[in-house]
Amino acid sequence: MAVSLTEAAAGQVRAHLEKRGRGLGLRLGVKTTGCSGMAYVLEFADSVEEDDQVFEDKGVKVVIAPKSLAYLDGAELDYGREGLNEGFRFTNPNEKARCGCGESFSI
Amino acid sequence: MALLQISEPGQGGPRRRACGIDLGTTHSLVAVMRDGQAVTLPGAEGHHRLPSVVHYGAESETVGWPAVQAAADDPDNAFFSIKRSMGRGTADLDDAHDLVEGSAAGVPRFRTVAGPKTAVEVSADILSALRARAEEELGGELDGAVITVPAYFDEAQRQATKDAARLAGLPVLRLINEPTAASIAYGLDQQDDRGLIAVFDLGGGTFDISVLRLSRGVFEVLATGGDTELGGDDLDRILLAWVQKECGVEEADRAWTRRILQVVREAREALSKQESIQVDCGDGRVLTLTRDELEQWSAPLLERMLQCCRRALSDAGLEAGEVQEVVMVGGVTRMPYLRREVSKFFSREVHTGIDPDRVVALGAAVQADVLVGNAQDQDLLLLDVIPLSLGIEIMGGLVERIIDRNTTIPAHHAQEFTTFKDGQTALAVHVVQGERELVSDCRSLARFELRDIPPMTAGAARIRVEYQVDADGLLTVEAMETVSGVRAGVSVKPSYGLEESEIEQMLRESIEHAEEDVASRALNEQQVEADRVVQALRDALAVDGDILSDDAERAGIEEAAKALIQLRDGTDADAIRTGIKALEEACEPFVERRMNRSIRQAMQGHRVEEFQEQD
Repeated sequence: MAVSLTEAAAGQVRAHLEKRGRGLGLRLGVKTTGCSGMAYVLEFADSVEEDDQVFEDKGVKVVIAPKSLAYLDGAELDYGREGLNEGFRFTNPNEKARCGCGESFSI
Repeated sequence: MALLQISEPGQGGPRRRACGIDLGTTHSLVAVMRDGQAVTLPGAEGHHRLPSVVHYGAESETVGWPAVQAAADDPDNAFFSIKRSMGRGTADLDDAHDLVEGSAAGVPRFRTVAGPKTAVEVSADILSALRARAEEELGGELDGAVITVPAYFDEAQRQATKDAARLAGLPVLRLINEPTAASIAYGLDQQDDRGLIAVFDLGGGTFDISVLRLSRGVFEVLATGGDTELGGDDLDRILLAWVQKECGVEEADRAWTRRILQVVREAREALSKQESIQVDCGDGRVLTLTRDELEQWSAPLLERMLQCCRRALSDAGLEAGEVQEVVMVGGVTRMPYLRREVSKFFSREVHTGIDPDRVVALGAAVQADVLVGNAQDQDLLLLDVIPLSLGIEIMGGLVERIIDRNTTIPAHHAQEFTTFKDGQTALAVHVVQGERELVSDCRSLARFELRDIPPMTAGAARIRVEYQVDADGLLTVEAMETVSGVRAGVSVKPSYGLEESEIEQMLRESIEHAEEDVASRALNEQQVEADRVVQALRDALAVDGDILSDDAERAGIEEAAKALIQLRDGTDADAIRTGIKALEEACEPFVERRMNRSIRQAMQGHRVEEFQEQD
């Protein structure tokens, strides 16, 4: 069970954390929303809960709640540019379909 | 897929709905963010560009392409280029439309079949059409919109634009300057070392050049220039004259002119991609137009544009070579000739990567997405500036500036004044906007009076005048005599803007009309239904009148029918509905007998088994 980060993503997360000045890592998760059912959540992690799984990849601590981990196992977080915007995106082998707006996916 | 940003713990809420609107003189566009990309939205006909044309019929209004068609037959009730009238007083206008007597504030009202209309209302109809597009795309009510305005728009014109948005039910996050929006679309606000930007905007009918300076997230407008009577249309008129000469047409009628203008516009646009083109002038005449010829004829127009550029640069105190980025806006800038020459003028490559027709709307959408809170990176926040200095009239018709132009908003400034005469108990405050020294050369925004100043010797009173511009660019002016504490609180509305009460009235009317519309539709439906019932009854009586049991029954039915016919011509939908019901009840026994008879007739000569087989 693991989630990985690309070099670009890890660099960005480290830069964001440094700029923010606090936080022990990155919390990844999924929540139910959007037209296809689920959406990714990317948050700064300020604390680790009892059941949380913690990974470390390329110098970044990744915190995932067990409920979310089932959906994220094997996923890779990348950072890139699309047109005018830059941001993070997931490559997730568990994903079956995405909705038109790109907000959500289903398993 | 949508790109993700890291959010603060517990804040990853749903995306909010935002759009950017380019409210143009000839065309308007709306754009939203889709999958992290700004995209413009097409209308039902598939066109992204909505002609900024509104036609008012007696029953309803049309916007865009249908309005253009309707305008061909009924130009008197159609509005083109309404943007030119925004925030203008009756005296500023030179318009073909009949003016209805202006209101107290001097807001011009144009006569139409649908009643008097102000520029704000016409613009609101255009904005409503765009809002509908955005809401359909985003699947719900908008949380915010950014609307673009020309950099040279003064407070009155900006306020009029905001009023129009409010009337159209658009929650305006901010108005931003068109050249600023174009710069954002190219991401120039993301580069720290690119300070000076020129935006070259050539539309169908107007040419604008803006020189901006970007520093620490603030776009300052250093200078604007241009020509409101210079655009692609001028090129088309030159080509029209050429066709007219070549074909030997001496007197061109309107239909011919319109057709040829269409043909030459298409030819001109095609020449951006090919070297020469055949121009079909009708009656078997086909002319050849080459790109070289077009460029030759465009040269004098280009010279006028470059002249405007030189003036704007000199206003900004810059040389052409100092400009670091040049952004091209407007469909006409697709001409390779223009790109080449403008590039030569500024001695650098010009930005042409984004569709010049859409770049302003796209930039507005990017900004709207940030302002509504979808993009969490605070670095993206763009500050606005006051476009023209705000001042106050002082003795001798002179202007004392209180807030200088290019001050970032929100801004707050105060200055002290005093009384001019002994025993003076009131002070007239005249708020003006502009860069000129004389009040008569600036735009008057508002006037109010500070009264009940205690009588004092001249120069003893201390009157503090405060100018405050909030984040939305709304100006409030307050005057206070500090010795006595007398205060005149005034919410400043530009002299040529609409009064708050007028806007409320319009909003109320639009809601009332909505109710009226529903009511009149219900009435219509009941009238149609009544007609149908009466007609059906007459047909039935004509065929089966003999089965009425007696004259009393016939009289009863006829009475109910008569009552219904009378109600039908009234205006009460419910009464008509009751009348229909009464008639149906009166007819019930007759209808029953009639049914039995027709069943008997249908079964005559058949055996029961036949019906059973048919099931």
